[in-house]
Amino acid sequence: MKSDIILGGVGGQGILSIAAAIGLAALKNNLHLKQSEVHGMSQRGGDVQSHLRISSKPIASDLIPKGKADLIISVEPMEGLRYLPFLSKDGWLVTNITPFNNIADYPSIEDLLKQIKAFPNHIAIDADAIAKAAGSSRSSNIVMLGAASPFIDIPYERLEDGIRQLFGKKGDELVNTNLKALKAGREFTEKNR
Amino acid sequence: MEKLLLLGDEAIAQGAIDGGMSGIYAYPGTPSTEIMEFVHGSKIAEDLNIHRLWSANEKTAMESALGMSYAGKRSMVCFKHVGLNVAADAFVNASITGVNGGVIVVSADDPSMHSSQNEQDSRFYAKFTMIPILEPSNQQEAYDMAYYGFELSEKLNVPVMLRITTRLAHSRAGVQRKEMKKQNQLKLPSDPRQFVLLPAIARKNYKKLIGMQPAMEVESEKSPFNQYIDGADKKLGIIAAGLAFNYLMENYVDGKNPHPILKLSQYPLPEKQVAKLYNQCDAILILEDGAPLIEEMLRGFLNLGKPIHGRLDGTVPRDGELDPNVVAKALGMEVHEGQVVPEVVKNRPPSLCQGCGHRDVFEELNEVLLDYGTGRVFSDIGCYTLAALPPFNSINSCVDMGASITMAIGAADAGLVPAVSVIGDSTFTHSGMTGLLDAVNKNSPITVIISDNSTTGMTGGQTSAAHGRIYEICKGLGVDPEHLITMIPLKKHHEENVKILRRELEYKGLSVLIPQRECIQTFARRKKSEKNESNE
Repeated sequence: MKSDIILGGVGGQGILSIAAAIGLAALKNNLHLKQSEVHGMSQRGGDVQSHLRISSKPIASDLIPKGKADLIISVEPMEGLRYLPFLSKDGWLVTNITPFNNIADYPSIEDLLKQIKAFPNHIAIDADAIAKAAGSSRSSNIVMLGAASPFIDIPYERLEDGIRQLFGKKGDELVNTNLKALKAGREFTEKNR
Repeated sequence: MEKLLLLGDEAIAQGAIDGGMSGIYAYPGTPSTEIMEFVHGSKIAEDLNIHRLWSANEKTAMESALGMSYAGKRSMVCFKHVGLNVAADAFVNASITGVNGGVIVVSADDPSMHSSQNEQDSRFYAKFTMIPILEPSNQQEAYDMAYYGFELSEKLNVPVMLRITTRLAHSRAGVQRKEMKKQNQLKLPSDPRQFVLLPAIARKNYKKLIGMQPAMEVESEKSPFNQYIDGADKKLGIIAAGLAFNYLMENYVDGKNPHPILKLSQYPLPEKQVAKLYNQCDAILILEDGAPLIEEMLRGFLNLGKPIHGRLDGTVPRDGELDPNVVAKALGMEVHEGQVVPEVVKNRPPSLCQGCGHRDVFEELNEVLLDYGTGRVFSDIGCYTLAALPPFNSINSCVDMGASITMAIGAADAGLVPAVSVIGDSTFTHSGMTGLLDAVNKNSPITVIISDNSTTGMTGGQTSAAHGRIYEICKGLGVDPEHLITMIPLKKHHEENVKILRRELEYKGLSVLIPQRECIQTFARRKKSEKNESNE
């Protein structure tokens, strides 16, 4: 198997937690993994991305070639569109629809949704609202992971293990909140794909 | 041994710890920062009491590492590529002194300038100082090279450069650890004058360094990091240096390469292997993440040999980092891009955080400068450089660490009065203090604003070398206390601060203003950890 995933968002939105949860799950499944991140200047409110590659065979490049990504997970509606050149023809765009507006010329949400919906393989989810309903507005990134989980070739239980490992040190309550967030995201996609 | 999931930077740190390192010296700079940060977080480093404090700048770091080597122990020094310029005096001479304990110099290059002012290639430094370079292609090699580099350094009696680029520094993969080596014992150099670079001794040492070159080549020829991988189609031979090897192999299905490849990760160039490739193939393609260093060597000034393809003939773009697509194009393969980016997607440049004290400083400065006109603000390297962008549009220069003060001096000397410099606290102690001494000595009519957020902010909040002592340092350098003023950059002090700024800009001598407010990022983290501690 192989999953090439682009994670997109704005510096500080927690895309690296999503990558870490998938990474831990992949390791438990004895898969190869490479994950490239952006550090430095862009983290100050700029656009940030992570290339996450999982495979049963050794992986050569740390970066995903254009047109080869199986999945884009974006925690912000405009940021997912930025990486469309990387997405393969039958890849999926899974995006949050709550905007992070920190620039003067940020487009209208209607224009963004129009572009997202023009893309056949898309999941557009209000992760912030779902996270809030699941008990923690700060878990919207894990809702996004749940929403993307049907497109990642790793057993769902392994992703749950990844969440447990990632948040375990911070207590059971946080683990359970995030497991709920993960499930809520997955259920949304199962109903809406 | 256990397998860890590590960034390239972290793999270097773990490799050095396991390879018997006694001390690491560094100044933060993207993409090198996480090497030291990993050592800070390492339980083993703590238990072994490995020295691991940040240095004031890259030169002090390099010199301290050399001092540890003098005392017989293994040391590592880390910085970003432009940090090597700051350390260059010590770095270049360290090849003449040679080492006692092994020294690894990690220089993290930033092709495509993700977080930098240029994309200089550190390999040129190592080449003209005639020391070996290790250039990993993946995280495991980054670990192995840091582990093995100390021994290489001790064997060849020179510092060894470990050169990485951004993508490897900041990409994670599984890394297999090795048995931990013991640290060296304290041991003085056998020749007490080895490190005394008086001309007579330096000349002798230099001949010794030249004499070591064949031994360095032997190491490269037999290095496990250099590999000759044969291929059937000899129309082309490919040299892939460091990370470029991965991008190359990404383009070959199931790793089956049609052409012979020289995977190159240890320099000086292994002459026999390069010659073999050259003699077997009709043309050579050179893939290197950075400047065309190998390409220039193979091509020669007159380019009279076989066709050499790379950055110089346009097969690969002359600037910018490599990636799988750039390499595919160089191989003549077609690149199938996905969809185009819709027009609705706008640029999202980085910006100063909401609640950041630098914001207040620039709002105050902009207001006062309305009386003088724009074009007179010299700034520096740090978060505040973002004030070059809207909505502030405040600054007119950002060149190198410390240049804000000295460029303001020169501009004032030319008649641009008043000239203003804006520098951060960590940049000031890195390279601004000597410039300020120049300004004191001639009472330059400049206003220096040291925007003190009590941290090294841009790289993620590392210790600022003179935390809480900026005022005293300025006073000690001789700044007139009447024109040395601390301010608090908050909305409620706006009018008061504007008044001070206006007064000091009118003053025809040197003023130093120190707006002081903790970085909003470190403030938030500190509050959170205080809250967590009180909950426990």
